[in-house]
Amino acid sequence: MVISSSRFDGDITTPELSLAGWSRWTWRQLTSMRTALLLLLLLAIAAVPGSIYPQRSADPNGVTQFFDNNPELAPVLDAMQLFDVYTSVWFSAIYILLFISLIGCVVPRTGVHYQALRSAPPAAPKNFARMPASASVKYAKNTDIAERAETLLRKLGYRVVRNGKAVSAERGYLRETGNLVFHFSLIGVLIAVGVGGGLSFSGQRVLVEGETFVNNLASYDSFSPGTFFNESRLQPFSMSLDKFEVDFDIKNQTNVGTPLDFRAFVSSKVSPDLVPQSALIRVNEPLAMPGANIYLTGNGYAPHITIRDAEGNVVFAGANAFLPQSTTYTSLGVIKVPDVERQFGIIAFFYPTVDKLTTGALTSIYPAPIDPLMTMNVYEGDLGLDGGVPTNVYALDTSKMKQIAGGKSGTKGLQLALGETVELPNGLGTVTFDDIRRFASLDVSYNPGGIWVLLFALLSLAGVTTSLLVPRRRVWVRQTTEGFEVAALARGDDPILEKVVGEVVEKLKAKDKK
Amino acid sequence: MGIALNEGLSQISLIFIYAAMAIYTAAFLTFANHLARLASEKKKVRGAATKIERIAIVLMIIGAVLHGVGVVLRGVAASRVPWANMYEFSITGSFVVVSIFLLALTIKDIRLIATFVSGFTLLILGSATSIFYVEVKSLMPALQSYWLVIHVIVAICATAFFNIAAGLSIAYLLKSAKWAQKPKKEFVITIKRILDLFPNVEKIERLAYRFNIIGFILWSFTLIAGAIWAERAWHRYWGWDTKEVWTFIIWTIYAGYLHANATRGWTGKRSAWLALIGFAAVLFNFTVVNLFFKGLHVYSGLN
Ligand code: HEM
Repeated sequence: MVISSSRFDGDITTPELSLAGWSRWTWRQLTSMRTALLLLLLLAIAAVPGSIYPQRSADPNGVTQFFDNNPELAPVLDAMQLFDVYTSVWFSAIYILLFISLIGCVVPRTGVHYQALRSAPPAAPKNFARMPASASVKYAKNTDIAERAETLLRKLGYRVVRNGKAVSAERGYLRETGNLVFHFSLIGVLIAVGVGGGLSFSGQRVLVEGETFVNNLASYDSFSPGTFFNESRLQPFSMSLDKFEVDFDIKNQTNVGTPLDFRAFVSSKVSPDLVPQSALIRVNEPLAMPGANIYLTGNGYAPHITIRDAEGNVVFAGANAFLPQSTTYTSLGVIKVPDVERQFGIIAFFYPTVDKLTTGALTSIYPAPIDPLMTMNVYEGDLGLDGGVPTNVYALDTSKMKQIAGGKSGTKGLQLALGETVELPNGLGTVTFDDIRRFASLDVSYNPGGIWVLLFALLSLAGVTTSLLVPRRRVWVRQTTEGFEVAALARGDDPILEKVVGEVVEKLKAKDKK
Repeated sequence: MGIALNEGLSQISLIFIYAAMAIYTAAFLTFANHLARLASEKKKVRGAATKIERIAIVLMIIGAVLHGVGVVLRGVAASRVPWANMYEFSITGSFVVVSIFLLALTIKDIRLIATFVSGFTLLILGSATSIFYVEVKSLMPALQSYWLVIHVIVAICATAFFNIAAGLSIAYLLKSAKWAQKPKKEFVITIKRILDLFPNVEKIERLAYRFNIIGFILWSFTLIAGAIWAERAWHRYWGWDTKEVWTFIIWTIYAGYLHANATRGWTGKRSAWLALIGFAAVLFNFTVVNLFFKGLHVYSGLN
């Protein structure tokens, strides 16, 4: 099929190109070094906005905040995918083109290199002095110089051919091999990232000391699966948080209250009939379970509270995780008591080491529980749990509730030291602060691509190192009437070309002295 | 578990850093003085190091020794490696730059950039002690990993190689600039005369290339080590965190630089500019990104 280029009429004359011609031309452009270079630079530029604007993948709250602060601008940026830069159409287009170019570039090069590996080094040039490094030596005993040069260069790791009185040698084929390994490994990295990402999942779970987590979808507080994930990939196991320990620095003046170490002591089982296995999870030391790693990502306090109604029946007993609000672990928690005649909820603050500010407000001055105190504001009314809509366990929707203790309610907020029991207002009963427990935020992640990404990345590192540091050069030696000549030519960067020529000359002469 | 931070020792470390700065200042002035003399002497060729130049180099060595002691004491004071916040990264990084420069000096004639290296080191130490200074603190648990040790020290070394290469690229661009070829102004004539006393442009270009390839290999390793550490600490090996983004950008620019060196029409000046853009990105990553961008890598230690 022939398409005439009718777009170019008038006085511009262009050769008519067939479709095949056009595609060949496009392909050649795409796989040229210049295109590769431009695409690389374009990729670098395209990556920049992702560090300026918050990204949905890394910082979803930042995106929400950006929308709140810039209601006009945000939708425009969003339309340009500036909050999803690394999955955007334009970013993907650049790297896909780059990789097409890469394949188009390295496949033919592999063929050429394969040929080169099997062919002899080229014959000696006519004029040695024209080469970047050369030497002409006067030397009487030059009759077997070619033979000796052949032996010498072969010993030095060159591929050598002798042609009468001249020797051609070449070394450093590894340079191109390294280059090809590097570029192919990049393709490997890309595939491993893509496939691994699709098969991966990551789920979050907050676990209080004494609680057990069972690996199924319902157990997760939040869960983000990759595109190819399905639930059958979750392998069965359970894990209990036995104890959580934190060390805070108290000795060093400038450092008081800084966390030194977090330790989650857990016991896990891969089958109900097995004996639990004890293990320790720390921040940089995840626990490997079948089909997932468990990481420690956060921690805090979970005060154990018991609430009794006016008759003394327990209506709530449990340890809710309180979210830390500061580095000294002033923590905020919510307790909901739905199964009573009049529903009520509590917003509680927990201060591990309480102190009073000059304003009268309470604060925590040290993160460990040295002098713990809990304060509570109580709200009565509809908790909003009956509609079947999932609600946030860390927030209390007080829109349909009335505050009956704390704030401007007229009744003072409750204050409880550890072990204390106080009366709830309006005859709702009593509340007891039984015990301080801790919770750990855990992240259960699985990415089968990781190890392949690493392998290909290391392979590419090895490839690029070889390719950049192994010099590739040709060396020729030829017997002349009064002595011999040596010349060398580098292919690519070679810091020691002149030295090589000098050494070859020396060694060819030295042999003689023995 | 306890740790011992030593306030007193960190103060002594700071004194050593200040002392090193004083000596580096002397070295810098001596190198500059030497350049000025070269300009007035109107010599055509430059031989081995002159007396003044040797004095400057000796000063730089003394400065480096004091500097090194300062770095080590800081590590001892904090009872860990001295590269966990911007202050420590700066003092350790500039120490590595000076050391590599002095070592390279024994192999290659790169005296040309001595003024640049001593001046730049002074600038880094000046900002470190005035803007980035923080008391010794322990590491937050996420940073307690031997990957911190490996990842950061390799990044520091990569930066040092890029730094020296950038100095050479500047020299290259100055030497090959059009306005320097047929100078008219007295000032430019003087600069040209100084530059003429140094190795030819091809040599400088090749040297810059060699420093950059070492830098690139080290940077590739930094990137991989960072990903391994991120996998341990943040349960994903790559998440396009701002710091990860910039590590990637820098890597890509230098990959572009390497391609430029093999592309017709892109060798020489264009690739020198690319190397400078790459180094500008390194500096940007270290200053602006650390201080003003939001991300997981909050280790400036400043609030
Ligand atoms: C993902 C994209 C790419 C990256 C990150 C990349 C990176 C690199 C790096 C770091 C080098 C220098 C190390 C070495 O010589 O092995 C290099 C060299 C090279 N690349 Fe690429 N490259 C990419 C794509 C391409 C493409 C599309 C082509 C073909 C057009 C190409 C052709 C070459 C060639 C021919 C060399 C050798 C240059 C020389 O002789 O020194 N690369 N590449």
